[in-house]
Amino acid sequence: MKLNKDTFEIIFFARGGQGAKTASELVAHGAVAEGKFVKAFPFFGPERSGAPTKMFLRISGKKLRTQEPVTDPDAVVVMDETVIGSQDVSKNLDQHEVLIINSKREGEEIRKDVPHFKGKIYAVDANGIASRITGASNPNMVLVGQLIKVTEVISLESAAEVFRGVFLEKIGKDLTEKNIQAMEAGYDEL
Amino acid sequence: MQKNNTKIRALTGGYAVAEAWRQIQPDVMAVYPITPQTTIIETYAKMKADGLVATEIVQVESEHSAMSATIGACAAGARAVTASSSQGILYMAETLPVVSGLGLPIVMSVSSRALSAPLNIHGEHGDVMAVRDLGWVQIFAEQVQDAYDDTIIALKLAEEINAPVMPIMDGFHTSHTTERIEILDDEVVKKFVGERKVQQSLTDFENPTTFGTLALQNTFFEFKIDQEKVMQKAKAAYKKICGEFFKISGRKYEMFETYHLEDATSVIVIMGATGGTAKDVVDKLRQQGKKVGLLSVKLFRPFPYEEIGQALSHISRIAVLDRAISFGAYPPLYQDIVSSLYHSSSRKPDLASYIYGLGGRDTMQKDIEKVFQDLEDGEIDNKVKYLV
Repeated sequence: MKLNKDTFEIIFFARGGQGAKTASELVAHGAVAEGKFVKAFPFFGPERSGAPTKMFLRISGKKLRTQEPVTDPDAVVVMDETVIGSQDVSKNLDQHEVLIINSKREGEEIRKDVPHFKGKIYAVDANGIASRITGASNPNMVLVGQLIKVTEVISLESAAEVFRGVFLEKIGKDLTEKNIQAMEAGYDEL
Repeated sequence: MQKNNTKIRALTGGYAVAEAWRQIQPDVMAVYPITPQTTIIETYAKMKADGLVATEIVQVESEHSAMSATIGACAAGARAVTASSSQGILYMAETLPVVSGLGLPIVMSVSSRALSAPLNIHGEHGDVMAVRDLGWVQIFAEQVQDAYDDTIIALKLAEEINAPVMPIMDGFHTSHTTERIEILDDEVVKKFVGERKVQQSLTDFENPTTFGTLALQNTFFEFKIDQEKVMQKAKAAYKKICGEFFKISGRKYEMFETYHLEDATSVIVIMGATGGTAKDVVDKLRQQGKKVGLLSVKLFRPFPYEEIGQALSHISRIAVLDRAISFGAYPPLYQDIVSSLYHSSSRKPDLASYIYGLGGRDTMQKDIEKVFQDLEDGEIDNKVKYLV
């Protein structure tokens, strides 16, 4: 892992239906496939399509025990920038940590919305990229690609392998490969 | 590190328990699949639909019927199980003492959650505490791995002692968290649990037997004393089965787990998922040179009074953390720890009672640090405190 910490902690902010759960579990499964330990769990609120949601992910080389939610993340992924108004997405995120946002705007413009955050903002038009490649605007795989590029929590190959394992039967070869391409596009988008 | 006969996977607690059931392949699973059910049965139903299990899944019209159908199937000689949670367990409460009274080895996987009102289905131990005196063995899991392992151990234990067992994981914190776990080989699990040896069966027409006979003033009392004897046997059986389980898995379970207890002066006693959080706190405070420790109870019914009393006999300050409230009384785990200490030691440690995590309230490491700080500062009295 790039930041070389014992335990790497990530929060995904999204709205219900955007695939934050799939994204965090995909990374979790990839990490386990690489021999790491994980805890991936949602903020246990009511789940409604369109409501703000949060997913927590811990990845470590050693056994994880704590059950508390992540409050001091090393990386934050914002799948829908409209949650910024109601969610403090950059809370406890310091200048060496990263904020990945699904947005058409430039990073510096987004900075006005998160004035306390001094670290690097990675803005990716994940909806646009996903639409172009898969025909659907689910931003999650593009953002997973970007997260992997920026943090190196797992390898792109592990993520693609896990995706194939889980989805090939469910959504077919064509859509599976397109989603993996979306992930790769998110990885290359830097 | 992968052993020959294990698979490493990333699974939620609910899925992991369903996976254990898939390997065990009970004959019957009777379920009532609506809120507040667990993910265990929907996962298992999918396994059935995918042709992975031959289990007869009986969909019934209530939790009361779910347990009643399980009782019928088990009395008929089948290996019968179910799963429930929260209000569902209370709805089947009438039938729970029937299971233990009949000596039926039914296992019910529980994802422990709050009880209404007000409406809340999040994690805490209120549901399983409400039914703790009904003759069921209760085993608490800390992590997803434990939830999987406990299921296999529970089945073998139930069939060994002919009493029902409730393996319990904290709702959401364990049931909905994806973790890395080791899954044993199907054949290893199959061999470990073996076939159910049925002593008496409703369907053994050559040797007709009565189940649940009328027992009046002259015999009912003796039935209950016998039931208590079975519960007392459960401790030795649990120890033995955990020993056998260690041989196939390399994972060691005991009636309770101690963590840095030997030289500790301040100790927290806890049960379930939050024990994991507390262990991290112990590590952190130990690095600061503080003599803190933890005792996490795994086997809650029957309660290992003597053994726990012995393990805590040298500790001077103890805080008991309960994830349940017992209105008008001290909380359940605290009561049992007081009993353990009273009978096992002439020393009287300073004892504090805390309630945490009701209705899914997050318990943070700083909350647990605060408890240790209270112990160090001597802020100990007979009032129940709340980690709100």
